[in-house]
Amino acid sequence: MIEFKHVSKEFVTNNGKVSAVSDLNLSVEDGNILGIVGYSGAGKSTLIRMLNGLETPTSGEVDVNGAKIASLTGKVLRKQRQKIGMIFQHFNLLWSRTVVENIMFPLEIAGLGKAERLAKAEELTTLVGLKGKENAYPSELSGGQKQRVGIARALANDPEILICDEATSALDPQTTDEILDLLLQINHKLNLTIVLITHEMHVVRKICDHVAVMENGKLVEDGLVLDVFKRPQQDVTKRFVNQEVTPAMHDTEIAVHELIEAYPQGLIVQLTFHSTQTQMPIISEMLRQIPEIDFNIVEGSIHQTQGGPIGTLYIQLTGPKESLDQAIPFLQKMKVETEVLHYGD
Amino acid sequence: MGTNTWASYFNFSAVNWVDFWANTWETISMTLISTIAVAILGILLGLILFETKQKTTGKIMIWSKVINWVVSALVNIFRSIPFIILIVLLLPFTKALVGSIIGPVAALPALIISAAPFYARMVELAFREIDYGVIEAAEAMGANKIQIIWKVLLRESLPALISGVTVTGITIIGYTAMAGTIGAGGLGNWAFIEGYGANNNTVTLVATVTIIIIVAIFQLIGDQSAKLIDKRNN
Ligand SMILES: Nc1ncnc2c1ncn2[C@@H]1O[C@H](COP(=O)(O)OP(=O)(O)OP(=O)(O)O)[C@@H](O)[C@H]1O
Ligand SMILES: [Mg+2]
Repeated sequence: MIEFKHVSKEFVTNNGKVSAVSDLNLSVEDGNILGIVGYSGAGKSTLIRMLNGLETPTSGEVDVNGAKIASLTGKVLRKQRQKIGMIFQHFNLLWSRTVVENIMFPLEIAGLGKAERLAKAEELTTLVGLKGKENAYPSELSGGQKQRVGIARALANDPEILICDEATSALDPQTTDEILDLLLQINHKLNLTIVLITHEMHVVRKICDHVAVMENGKLVEDGLVLDVFKRPQQDVTKRFVNQEVTPAMHDTEIAVHELIEAYPQGLIVQLTFHSTQTQMPIISEMLRQIPEIDFNIVEGSIHQTQGGPIGTLYIQLTGPKESLDQAIPFLQKMKVETEVLHYGD
Repeated sequence: MGTNTWASYFNFSAVNWVDFWANTWETISMTLISTIAVAILGILLGLILFETKQKTTGKIMIWSKVINWVVSALVNIFRSIPFIILIVLLLPFTKALVGSIIGPVAALPALIISAAPFYARMVELAFREIDYGVIEAAEAMGANKIQIIWKVLLRESLPALISGVTVTGITIIGYTAMAGTIGAGGLGNWAFIEGYGANNNTVTLVATVTIIIIVAIFQLIGDQSAKLIDKRNN
């Protein structure tokens, strides 16, 4: 269990004080994967670096499985850091060491014997899918392979939690997915708590069960990924969610606009389905019940999240006014989130 | 005159080869001993320069600043004194330390003191070339300062440290020749006394060629080992 309690961090710079994190409260249960999103400078890195004491809060408490990180120093802090794995955007591997030697590095720091180090490194190379690459140097690896070494290295001391600062931001989409699958696999296998920072909602959707949104050092929204995706409250969150749920948002707006011009009398609605609703024939049911209605699909998409699928559909409904008036209550009755974008007359 | 002048460079019978070997050996040993001493001293100073530049807080920060300022000042001062003047300046000190101001051993303090600051700056630069993220990754794993110095700083910058030693060693070879003119042994001294003093051009030529060969060998060994160790792009 990770807990941030009233955590604030101020940096003193030549241009005065910068408040990077302010009075933030957040907790993560064991075995969960939390995604932290927010724009550049929101304070995400500062926040998660407090988990292993790379940053000390100006006030407040950071608790990792009972250890009060902020108050630890010296040897105790170093011992605690061994229980927290970290992976980085730019991998931060040692150029002078081979894959196994890089994986053995944290074990050397922890003071393990050579035989034990080798055995553990062997096991981890297999886990992250680098068998056969043991003696390669980082310069001989692709970005994805480097991050696999980074992950293996972070797991070497059997950490309680894994923190990832934009671990996939330097990778292409395909490699990103592979690394995310690996993280998910590790999370399931080792019941490892993971806290990750990302700019891409795609990453959150794919592996996180909780999401926290930060803006200007504050936590503005957090909760289960599915809930936040369904009903984003804050503007920042909406922007992040829209980036993901409707990648073609802009195109859709244009299409909706064109439709409105072509069929000024139509009703244009945005429907959001979740979980089992995505498998139900809600639209055809509506057409059966209100046969005077005609409909037109503008755009639609379905995404898988850790909490279940989520779908968005933009449709145009035309027909007599009284039929259209029945349509909205019907959809609402079916518990489909309905937003009327345009109602012509 | 033409033929005579040319011939005077190739009168190998006028060369005392026993002296030649003795002086060559002196040049090599002076160079090796001072290069090793400079490497150790330079790494220590470079480490101090690097570490005292790292961000810290509180009381340590003030000490860091003071130490950094003092070491920087010393390094800069000694780096800017021309070698030949430094030797003269150090004469009393050398005398007190090694008991003599002539011979190969007497050249060592000046050689070391003038080359170490030069190398210290290269070491500092080599450490700064290391991606800070790598040092931070080691910190995040719970490494202590000593482990970071041994396993990250020194290990990751080894190719640069070796290239630096090569350049410094070659500079030192040049310095030993200069030191020869004021009494230190070696090929420089031999060329000065026998070649210049006794007007034996062949000795001067032989000494010159030998020094070029020593430099070339030094460069070759240095370059090859740096290349062998550098795993950044192969
Ligand atoms: N060491 C530091 N000294 C001074 N200011 C800092 C320091 N580290 C971070 N900051 C400031 O704190 C704020 C938060 O930075 P942080 O790196 O946590 O943002 P972030 O959310 O991780 O951004 P990004 O997405 O760009 O990585 C920024 O305004 C930044 O300039
Ligand atoms: Mg960041």
